[in-house]
Amino acid sequence: MLGSSNIWVLIQLVTLDDRVMITTQQQQGLYNPRFERDGCGIGAIVNVKGERSHTVVRQALTILQNLRHRGAQGYDPQTGDGAGIITQKPHAFLVDVALRLGVSLPSAEDYAVGMVFLPTDAGQRNEILTIFRNQSERVGLEWLGHRSVPVDTDVLGEAAAIVQPAVYQVFIGRGRAQNDDLAFNRSLYLARRLTENFANVQLGPAASAMHVASLSVHTIVYKGMLLPEQVSTYFLDLTDPRFTSAMAAVHSRFSTNTFPTWSLAHPFRWLCHNGEINTIRGNINWFRAREVTLANELFGEFAAELRPLIAPGQSDSACLDDAVELLMLTGRSIDEALRILVPEAWQKNTFLDKARRSYCEYNATLMEPWDGPAALCFTDGRVLGVALDRSGLRPCRYTITHDDTIILASEAGVLPVPTEQIKIWGRLKPGEMLLVDTMQQRVISDFELKAKAAGQFDYSGWVDRHITQLESGAESESDVVADLNRQQTAFGYSREELITSLAAMAVSGEEAVSSMGDDTPLAVLSHKARPLFDYFKQQFAQVTNPPIDPLREDMVMSLTIYLGAKGNLAAPPSSSALLVRLESPILTSVELSQLKRLPALKTRTLSTLFPVATGVAGMQMALSELIDTAAKEARSGAALIVLSDLGVDASHVAMPSLLVVSAVHNHLINLGLRSRTDLVIETGEARSPHHFACLLGYGAVAVAPYLALASVKNLVERGELSRRVSSQEATNSYIKAISKGVTKILSKMGITTLQSYCGAQIFEAIGLSDELIEEYFPDTSARIGGLTLSELATETLTRHIAGFKKSTSVGDLPPPGGYVHYRNAGESHSWSPEAIATLQHATITNSFKAYSAFQAIANADVGSPLALRHLLAPVSTKAPIELAEVESAADLVKRFTTGAMSLGAISQESHEALAVAMNRIGGKSNTGEGGEDPARFAAVSKDNSQNSAIKQVASGRFGVTIHYLINADEIQIKIAQGAKPGEGGQLPGHKVDAQIAKLRHSTPGVSLISPPPHHDVYSIEDLAQLIFDLKNANPRARISVKLVSEAGIGAVAVGVAKAGANKILISGDNGGTGASPLSSIKHAGAPWELGLAEVHQTLIINRLRDRVVLETDGQLRTGRDVVIAAMLGANEFGFSTAPLIVQGCIMMRKCHLNTCPVGIATQDPELRKRFRGKPEHVINYFFFVAEEARSIMANLGIKSFSELVGRTDLLHQRRIEGPAKSQHIDLSALLHRPEVEHTAVVVAAGFRPDDYDESLLSQCRPALEDKTPVVLSRRINNAQRSTGALLSGEIARRHGSDGLADGSITLRFEGTAGQSFGAFLAGGVSAYLVGAANDYVGKGLSGGRLVVAPPPQALFDQEAPVLIGNTTLYGATSGSLFVAGTAGERFAVRNSGALAVVEGVGDHGCEYMTGGVVVVLGVVGRNFGAGMSGGLAFVLDADGLFHLRCNTGMVDIQRMTSDADQSDAVLLRQIINRHIGHTHSAKASAIMANWDWHLPKFVKISPKKECISDQKRTATATISSARRPASHEVHGHV
Amino acid sequence: MSEPTGFLKIPREKTPYRPVQERAHDWQYIGPKKVPYEKSARQAGRCMDCGVPFCQSDFGCPVHNAIPEWSDMVSRGHWHEALHSLHATNNFPEFTGFLCPAPCENACVLNREQSPVTIREIELAIIEQGFVSGWVSPRVPTVLRQERVAVVGSGPAGLAAAQQLRRRGFQVSVFDKAKHPGGLLRYGIPDFKMAKSVVERRIEQMEAEGVEFVMGVKVGKDRSLEELRRDYDAVLLAVGAEAPRDLVTPGRELGGVHLAMDYLCQQNRAHSGESSPPTISAKGKRVVVIGGGDTGSDCIGTARRQGAKSIHELSLLAVPDVKGGGDALWPLPSNDLKVSHAHEEGCERIFGVITTSFSGQNAKVQQLHAIQCELRDGQVFHKPGTEFTLDVDLVLLAIGFVGVPEGFASSTPGLVQRPNGTLAGDSNGMTTLPGVFVAGDARRGASLIVWAIAEGRQAAVAIERYLQK
Repeated sequence: MLGSSNIWVLIQLVTLDDRVMITTQQQQGLYNPRFERDGCGIGAIVNVKGERSHTVVRQALTILQNLRHRGAQGYDPQTGDGAGIITQKPHAFLVDVALRLGVSLPSAEDYAVGMVFLPTDAGQRNEILTIFRNQSERVGLEWLGHRSVPVDTDVLGEAAAIVQPAVYQVFIGRGRAQNDDLAFNRSLYLARRLTENFANVQLGPAASAMHVASLSVHTIVYKGMLLPEQVSTYFLDLTDPRFTSAMAAVHSRFSTNTFPTWSLAHPFRWLCHNGEINTIRGNINWFRAREVTLANELFGEFAAELRPLIAPGQSDSACLDDAVELLMLTGRSIDEALRILVPEAWQKNTFLDKARRSYCEYNATLMEPWDGPAALCFTDGRVLGVALDRSGLRPCRYTITHDDTIILASEAGVLPVPTEQIKIWGRLKPGEMLLVDTMQQRVISDFELKAKAAGQFDYSGWVDRHITQLESGAESESDVVADLNRQQTAFGYSREELITSLAAMAVSGEEAVSSMGDDTPLAVLSHKARPLFDYFKQQFAQVTNPPIDPLREDMVMSLTIYLGAKGNLAAPPSSSALLVRLESPILTSVELSQLKRLPALKTRTLSTLFPVATGVAGMQMALSELIDTAAKEARSGAALIVLSDLGVDASHVAMPSLLVVSAVHNHLINLGLRSRTDLVIETGEARSPHHFACLLGYGAVAVAPYLALASVKNLVERGELSRRVSSQEATNSYIKAISKGVTKILSKMGITTLQSYCGAQIFEAIGLSDELIEEYFPDTSARIGGLTLSELATETLTRHIAGFKKSTSVGDLPPPGGYVHYRNAGESHSWSPEAIATLQHATITNSFKAYSAFQAIANADVGSPLALRHLLAPVSTKAPIELAEVESAADLVKRFTTGAMSLGAISQESHEALAVAMNRIGGKSNTGEGGEDPARFAAVSKDNSQNSAIKQVASGRFGVTIHYLINADEIQIKIAQGAKPGEGGQLPGHKVDAQIAKLRHSTPGVSLISPPPHHDVYSIEDLAQLIFDLKNANPRARISVKLVSEAGIGAVAVGVAKAGANKILISGDNGGTGASPLSSIKHAGAPWELGLAEVHQTLIINRLRDRVVLETDGQLRTGRDVVIAAMLGANEFGFSTAPLIVQGCIMMRKCHLNTCPVGIATQDPELRKRFRGKPEHVINYFFFVAEEARSIMANLGIKSFSELVGRTDLLHQRRIEGPAKSQHIDLSALLHRPEVEHTAVVVAAGFRPDDYDESLLSQCRPALEDKTPVVLSRRINNAQRSTGALLSGEIARRHGSDGLADGSITLRFEGTAGQSFGAFLAGGVSAYLVGAANDYVGKGLSGGRLVVAPPPQALFDQEAPVLIGNTTLYGATSGSLFVAGTAGERFAVRNSGALAVVEGVGDHGCEYMTGGVVVVLGVVGRNFGAGMSGGLAFVLDADGLFHLRCNTGMVDIQRMTSDADQSDAVLLRQIINRHIGHTHSAKASAIMANWDWHLPKFVKISPKKECISDQKRTATATISSARRPASHEVHGHV
Repeated sequence: MSEPTGFLKIPREKTPYRPVQERAHDWQYIGPKKVPYEKSARQAGRCMDCGVPFCQSDFGCPVHNAIPEWSDMVSRGHWHEALHSLHATNNFPEFTGFLCPAPCENACVLNREQSPVTIREIELAIIEQGFVSGWVSPRVPTVLRQERVAVVGSGPAGLAAAQQLRRRGFQVSVFDKAKHPGGLLRYGIPDFKMAKSVVERRIEQMEAEGVEFVMGVKVGKDRSLEELRRDYDAVLLAVGAEAPRDLVTPGRELGGVHLAMDYLCQQNRAHSGESSPPTISAKGKRVVVIGGGDTGSDCIGTARRQGAKSIHELSLLAVPDVKGGGDALWPLPSNDLKVSHAHEEGCERIFGVITTSFSGQNAKVQQLHAIQCELRDGQVFHKPGTEFTLDVDLVLLAIGFVGVPEGFASSTPGLVQRPNGTLAGDSNGMTTLPGVFVAGDARRGASLIVWAIAEGRQAAVAIERYLQK
């Protein structure tokens, strides 16, 4: 369905819309430009006094160049992804240059300058300029003239030059009746938008070359498809000394494509952005819902011409820019606009006063947050500000100088400042804003800005008057449903679901857990009538933004939602209607009836039932009637519409709830009615977190799941729960579990508030027809066609009839199920009993004949297709060749890997047997994320090497030492995993035995948490940095990045390739060998066939395919699977479940219970004895697979495997037996071959480290070779990144995990270090830095010592200057860090053994820490100690409020009173003394000088429960391991 | 699986039969007098709730009993629910509960490394609990249909089909040549394995549900199949595969050499009072049972109780391996040495031998001549020099069955018999005659009761579909 005839939303927009996205690539095959994303670096400089100078411009351009490493280039190294600058309008300069053109400009306040990209064709250009002039005059402005901006085309890269626009400036005067500035700005907006519209109409596609980069009285933007250093050489204006400004902001872009797109460069008209708005789809939809009112108010007669107000087809940042502009046009200041759009996380912040909370809440009722990682630099030409998103996911550091200059940037050190000029070194905190007001000539703090805003109106009074709440729901009789069993069956419940899912939730308040992935067919391939929800797959964040940890970082999460008619953005606060605040979107029957009774909320209930007798056609009729009725009710003033399927009986059937919600929601949006009327769905269908997420994601604000609640009660009554609870408790637990599940689903997309998730449609549909999608789920990605509305009706009726058939039997239970576990009459499973038994018999007896029986089952040669690949078949275009001519099996198996299954997830026996097998055949096994015993690094014998060739680096960084990294052939960064993409993990305490705890540097018996994100990868440029770190650590290893298939992964993969990865692994959604939440296993991610094909195609289109090896995995089982994967683009192939089956796994799906009866997924010593797997069995299996592949190759006439890669021309879609709905599937998009030449993969020709690092290494050789101590001194700046990693890798290679003796190498640095200073620093290396450092200091610290102290000459006007950035000591295993200043967010995150002293930290200090000791001699941010399961922290609690900043979920706080354990005091004192010794800290010295006075101010933070008895041991071990790895009993100073 | 580690904590515990010295002297059920419900509930807690329950797969249970479900229910004490679940797949759990060799237990995942769940006993406990509690009551159809179906044969296949069809509302008549319904359940199974009352209470239930039993009518003789086709909308042939395999060897004609089924049937008839005391009795005799299968075992048990002087069992197959060895791979059937209750009660087992002839005087058998042999690729090879002779008074031939009753197929034109003795049918079980279906042993050859029930249920579905067309 996705051939050239397909009308894809974006293409339509590209050709029809006014604001055209200039892109040379259109949607083709699986590539769709809508998924493109970017990341970057931002910077700004302001003269606070407002003094304009050319110096400011020049310095801004220097900042830009120093951010070069945060941007990227495509296949053409001379073409950047984009760079630009925004400055104040250089009035004097413009007057001069305009005059030369005969244009006399009026005073600065009376004209605007527009920076415009225009077609290079003079005719077209003039046409547009004429339109511009006419439209300006039409809205009452005065056209003053235009100017061709002088540029030096020679500096451009080839790719950028091809699409270079003509750059013009237009001058537009205030004109008649524009005496008020707001009216002037509105007119300028009108002129621009109308020009864009008319140009589109008159010029057609040629108008796409037009882009108004800026049009303002106060600012001007110079930008383009440039490298940072090209900005000033390309735009000659910028080097003209007459060009002056008091402020300038710059941006260096890193995009996930290589297409030259001039318009997408930042800054936009008002802001530049580092990060990504995840909620963009919902934000745009909600804007559309509001825009009728807003446009009418702002633009009167022109309103109709302007919609949609947020032009489609733009990047997320451009949309945000539009929204800012529109809010400014309502009369709000630019900073006010940003506060509304990107609010702080106020809901759970107990530090906020009532006025500020109320202010935030008022804004929340107007606008859902534009959520996602964001460092935003904005300016209106008079003020310049920066703001961070509510979670603080992008860095922003600033320097204020004694001569009134402020420098702000993504990094510290972007502009050298004389040391004695330094006044303040600061950083922006999460949700904070900093504003430089050149009119007031001062820097305004976040606190002052927000306090002032909150005081401008009585927001508290407003909240009290306009927002009400429901009383908490009591139990009621109405939750009991008559003929429950029939209803359950009619809505598709099964006993399995009731017991494994609902009962589990009702008992534990947690979502049900399962394991071993999903081996059932896609809903569209299933013979069962599956709920509509099953056709939707949750999307998730990977690389370009981080998923959030909803448990440990609950402080930013919020399920609060406001129900009722929404306020008007353009109207004053007083005019709003009543709103109901819901703390959770799940309503009990009691709550729903309360809602319906609220007098001030006009509610209408509409039934979503239709008569069974009307059959399939009846549903369509009922649906269109419902939509019309809903619109009618909305028009007549209903503030709330409840869609209800209550009352299902033998003759009435419920329409799918998701269908009705989305249909009504979208219809109301299209009619501009959605902001006046809210939607609630009352349905028997919703029961799993995924169902609720779908309903909310497609527009319901609340869900009343009456049947699920009745079922829970019934389970309690029938005694089906594993624990005795009252039905009220069970109901509460169930609702809690669903709430947590929904929270997790939004957090995996990186979204923190339900308000932003609601209507955001963050799903991909798999197996729904284009008609169904276009009509009812607009803008949802659906790439393979499938189910039509009438088939959907058929499925609905089938389920209903099963429930209400005239059965003769009484007391029938709902059907047994079979959706999770295999059941005879249930859903098909690819791991059927026959498949398991035949594969095991074949590999144990080494019988290819027996394997053939398995192959027939697994390839669906008989029976129905279970996967997309079963619908594809190789077609021969050549004569077959002899099998002997085909590349040997021994060569083929080298392309095979086993999946990342950690020791911990699986037993040592299983893990080692896999490693031995893979090493023998030359394939690769994978450590998984649990580290590896160094004893395995050294081969016992050639045939028995247990060293895993692939070492994984996952978010938990367990056991990731420099020694581990240096022993890898390949280092795999796991961004996501198929079973639960976007989520973290937990290794339950009962699986953490002594050995596993040792490898993971943790405590036996204590649960270990892997965070959802890599805390050093919140954006694409961060990934580039991590890859750079790892390449430095081990320059010989290939770096791979593991992603999970989802729509849009092609763009992500391009970004990953540009970030320097050598290999990309695309995991399918069905894989998974460990425990995961059930709804994640089933509903997140897409099949690998789609992801792999999309990545392959997108890389080709971007001319990057030759840079990376592609691997795929996810239930690969046979040679046929391998051949098809190769044809879709894979070079290598990962297997996990199948090798485990070969080892004896029988798909118990009990990995999460530690009861694996075959000794694989268990650490129970008794059960481990049952392990019977042998390396030989695994080897037999892989050779069978290879032989099968060879025979297919022989048939195709193909000799060498590499000839197969990407050969979709050798594939065709075959028609095989399957359900009717599967007959509409169209896989042509998968088989698309882009018409771009590409060459075979050239595996990266090694990594060439920077000269700086090379010279460090070579000068340290005496220490490495003869252990002669070395001392070096160096200047350092922010371009020097990962300093120390290269050296440390070499130390580990030569000297193992212990490194060198203390004092062997001393490095003295001066300046501002770049990111990852001291990453993986090995034992024996001490690095002293006088100055500051950026993010990721001491990442993976492996025994080295890091010291950071401020320059003594600096005259700080603050107590503890910010010296280091965010996410420090991430995954450090040993060593020490001393900082005589403040650190950013996430200090010592996942520290598992390092010792650290610091004088202040941001939010989330010591998060997920499992070992080591941290001392904080100053203020800490919020959420300290979240998820901290090991180690110790001491904090100087000067204001006595530490308990409010600490997350006590896992830790206890003890005050260091004189009667406390004296050994703690001794330890603390000893550590602080070391700190003084290394840093000469004045603050620490003052504390020591009055020790007895300060000691009681300290609090000790230690993990609860299990760890307490081990405290002393941990502490002692840490002291020794702080310098040396834990395995060494070395005592000495730290 | 109310307790995830039940299988580690609870050892497998089979309910022992009554002591040999007690049970071998009466005709009562060999098992305990009271069903040990609590123990079964505890044993059910060993079920691991497998992700892939091989027990209910084709490696295990032919009716695909929802074993993990009802194990879970029973272990939680939800007997009534368990009964619902059990009855949903199996009409007569008591027949299988008493008699099934339980392929499910062989396929049980716990059988791989440990010992399987006592699935058969749990099944029996559930259904007996059901009868004791009065939960097994007639399920009279609420909707009656006009179509009439004749079921020929009242063995487990016929009964299962009849009950299923009746519950769907059809008018069902069951024909059988015998005096009472039940087929081999009644006439082939000795009382000490399952009492006649177990069959009778089911027949009563079916009669109450409205199934008509027409007894003493031999179809093909008393009433032709054509006649049935005329009078009924569909006919199911569930006539079994009772034609015995005979031994073609010199001396076969001598007195005292009998077919096992003749021997067992007359003993069963005698017990139920249907006929006078058995004419073939083992009392005081030296008995040789030829054939090492279940029927042979029944003969041994019967002979023991009749007071045989000595009993030998001759098997063609070599001594199987004891547990743990062999090349059988789980979940394939294991090749273990099986010791039946009858073996325990005393008999001498001779493996790997073939009978070459009988000899005797006065037309009565006195000696059995045999030789050791080897089976290779289905062929028997004698081992010269290993001949031996046994003194015998009674020889019972329990060497299998060869198809539907003799003459049955030929009695009806158009009915096709396969070379293996079964009736030919399509994948739905419809024979070459439209509207005439076949199920059970008559279709698949002599097999387990559980297969007969499975076949009967499938036939009911096929017949309903046929009648709806």
